Amino acid sequence: MSAHIAEHFAGTNKLFISIWAWLLGLTLIEIFLAYRPMPIHFMLTILMGLSIIKAALIVAYFMHLKFERLSLVLTIVPILVVCICLLFVFFPDSFRSSDLRYRFKEEPPATTEESH
Amino acid sequence: MSSEARAASFSPADWGGGVLPYRVGHRKLGMWLFIISDSLTFSALLIGYSYLRASNVWPTPFPFFPSIVFSSVMTFCLLSSSLTMVFGVSASSKGEKGKARKWILATIFFGLAFIVLHLIEWNHLISEGLRPFSLPAHWVTVFTAADGSLPSPLFGATFFTITGLHMFHVFTGTIYLAVVAARVKKITHEDVEISGLYWHFVDLVWMFVFPLIYILSVDVGGHLAR
Repeated sequence: MSAHIAEHFAGTNKLFISIWAWLLGLTLIEIFLAYRPMPIHFMLTILMGLSIIKAALIVAYFMHLKFERLSLVLTIVPILVVCICLLFVFFPDSFRSSDLRYRFKEEPPATTEESH
Repeated sequence: MSSEARAASFSPADWGGGVLPYRVGHRKLGMWLFIISDSLTFSALLIGYSYLRASNVWPTPFPFFPSIVFSSVMTFCLLSSSLTMVFGVSASSKGEKGKARKWILATIFFGLAFIVLHLIEWNHLISEGLRPFSLPAHWVTVFTAADGSLPSPLFGATFFTITGLHMFHVFTGTIYLAVVAARVKKITHEDVEISGLYWHFVDLVWMFVFPLIYILSVDVGGHLAR
């Protein structure tokens, strides 16, 4: 293997320990949030925000992408983000089927077991 | 001589494309591409789960103990395994192969701890009566909505599929790392780094599985315990 690839691993152990501490801290915040009463949309937004920060820390420092060439970053990150965003196209259908659900307005059914 | 080493001896003027335009070897680029495709697999699964969750009454059955305590300790194990892995890669980059092997073995230890804790957690849920396509009877009673809508029986399907596929990745990762640890003196630094990429990816996926599956399904009022 050529030396110019091998010598390229940057970052000190102190940096990696501080990233690990940040990741643990953000996880503790998530667990704490689980027991705060709040609307689920709000909770989901905060949790996903924290998770994206954690993912970015892992990718940038542990997976070393911050120290790679910009051309590599631009090749692999935007396509992933775009593809994941495209998957959100299914959610309007999910909300539609939620509205289609039959609601027992008068009284709940006597049996509560699923029958399939 | 590897293709990367040969490429390094070329002058960029020899051909129009430049030498190693990404400055990574072809194996490392291959691992990155695999990670992209695997990220899409997990994204599709998590979005499929969110689709079902948004269109159904969804049970929120996880008690603080054992589920949240176990999954938090599992998160700690995976995060720590990533730290030990990065130490291993760092040692390998300095040519300290013996040290790298010890750190990789520590990574395998944390990975196995994760699997054991996860299987205990699965066992709790299975013995409570959770199955891929049906809920335990008492969950159905507790989580039926005020308007009489029954909770979705697909809770188990999404839970076992997503956490199962993730656990499978951890399992294959420990085997991969065991091979890397055994051969660490024969392989190049870049190969150790590539195994690190895979391991950090497994950790990264859990950073989304843990909040979406566990944190959002906490039984806050302790309804099941009553």
